[in-house]
Amino acid sequence: MAVQHDMGNYDTANTLETFGFLPKMDANEIQAQIAYVLANGWAPAIEHTPPAEANQHYWTMWKLPFFGETDLGAVLQELDACHRAFPGDHVRLTGYDNYTQSQGACFVVYEGR
Amino acid sequence: MAEKSYQAGVKEYRDKYWTPDYVPLDTDLLACFKVTGQPEVPREEVAAAVAAESSTGTWSTVWSELLTDLEYYKGRAYRIEDVPGDSESFYAFVAYPIDLFEEGSVVNVLTSLVGNVFGFKALKHLRLEDIRFPIAYIKTCGGPPAGIQVERDRLGKYGRPMLGATIKPKLGLSAKNYGRAVYECLRGGLDMTKDDENVNSQPFMRWRDRFEFVGEAIQKAEQETGEKKGHYLNVTAATPEEMYKRAEFAKEVGSPIMMHDFLTGGFTANTGLANWCRENGMLLHIHRAMHAVIDRHPKHGIHFRVLAKCLRLSGGDHLHTGTVVGKLEGDRQSTLGFVDQLRESFVPEDRSRGVFFDQDWGSLPGVFAVASGGIHVWHMPALVTIFGDDSMLQFGGGTQGHPWGNAAGAAANRVACEASVKARNEGREIEKESRDILTEAAKTSPELAVAMETWKEIKFEFETVDKLDVG
Repeated sequence: MAVQHDMGNYDTANTLETFGFLPKMDANEIQAQIAYVLANGWAPAIEHTPPAEANQHYWTMWKLPFFGETDLGAVLQELDACHRAFPGDHVRLTGYDNYTQSQGACFVVYEGR
Repeated sequence: MAEKSYQAGVKEYRDKYWTPDYVPLDTDLLACFKVTGQPEVPREEVAAAVAAESSTGTWSTVWSELLTDLEYYKGRAYRIEDVPGDSESFYAFVAYPIDLFEEGSVVNVLTSLVGNVFGFKALKHLRLEDIRFPIAYIKTCGGPPAGIQVERDRLGKYGRPMLGATIKPKLGLSAKNYGRAVYECLRGGLDMTKDDENVNSQPFMRWRDRFEFVGEAIQKAEQETGEKKGHYLNVTAATPEEMYKRAEFAKEVGSPIMMHDFLTGGFTANTGLANWCRENGMLLHIHRAMHAVIDRHPKHGIHFRVLAKCLRLSGGDHLHTGTVVGKLEGDRQSTLGFVDQLRESFVPEDRSRGVFFDQDWGSLPGVFAVASGGIHVWHMPALVTIFGDDSMLQFGGGTQGHPWGNAAGAAANRVACEASVKARNEGREIEKESRDILTEAAKTSPELAVAMETWKEIKFEFETVDKLDVG
């Protein structure tokens, strides 16, 4: 069978797990994901780390998880505040699920340099 | 003076084993059989015969019965129901006292419930549809070595299905070339790859060579992508001794996971390996070769939901469940019924999903549902909807058949998966909007665009052979 397309080359990417293969999200898209976290009853939380340590299980927490928070904008502001305080760090949003004792969501919002 | 006297001879089973007034105990193991008897035998007699032959009874009365209290040990047929849309067969419900079974042994449970009774002449066909394991029995079983929650924490993968692929061609690659195929899939964005079930240790690729090259492939892909990777090294072997030798080496080469075929290998081997994996911090992927021999005929054999329940008790962190949408058999509602049995802590009776009993799993860890076989990027939104996040979606041909090769195929799948999850989280109906969602995602992923073009015409639309019983 003839190849119907020009042969492409896939360059290996250093990706940061879930949503690492999608384009960077804008504020609206991030808010939609936070809304999903809240709608599931999960606690949003923010963590950050220097890129060189990204593959470690524990990143540094930014404050405590925002238990009971219902304001999407407030979570977005905290993400921004963490990013401004640690501009070189990766910043991720986690949705802690206390029923499964797992994380229902976890993705990097800001990539550090 | 003894209360009973011994009378030799053949009795009707129903005198002793048909007990319609019996209220099952919480500690009873309950079973639902679909029974197709010989036409001249009454239903109650056939149901009682099934209960007797799968528990304490034999064809003739024996004197030594009087040395024990068979009223305590006997299985009881306690209910008969019509099968919707089928006048030939009926459901027989049987209760077995928990002391009939050795603790922690699905081997013992199956040897009783699906033993000699399946060859019984008074039956044309017999199918074990469901088992309710009492929580008291479940607490005696080890279950999955790690479970869903622990696996996610070890791998740091959350909020999406995991992605895998079975390395192709199934047979014939050298170990080094095989490791290349693994590396390409993993660097492209798959989380795990898999040995095909019939890859054990053949002349073209001995197991030790495969494990070494695959181990290097995993480590290189992890270093380059920054993500955790794994390959299900198949340790299924001819003997338990050989299986454990391979398991040791799988751990040594640094894979977080290995693999076993639980039906061809057998439940004894599987339970032992699951215990070994728990003690050694290894994950265990379970393949199900031979299942269709046992579970596909609608009137004879064992339904897969029973095999799935037994596997959760015996131990495994992943189990193949069919895809619903791919090339292999699987009705959607029925599949969802046993996917629940793998993952949930409590599953209520739901006849629309073929679930005959409430099942309390207590604290037993959950098992990832694995969808594998004939699936590709176009199926992704449907797969994410059907199987949810706690699943392993495996694209063999759908990764390695990509015109640009494994890495690009892997990236295409990863983009499609993440785009589907993102859209689902945004509240979109991703099965209905699948074309839009994938087309949008392909704008920034040429790998996905090429994959969509390659597989746009492939469908597998055949009627399911084993359908749920509906009127």
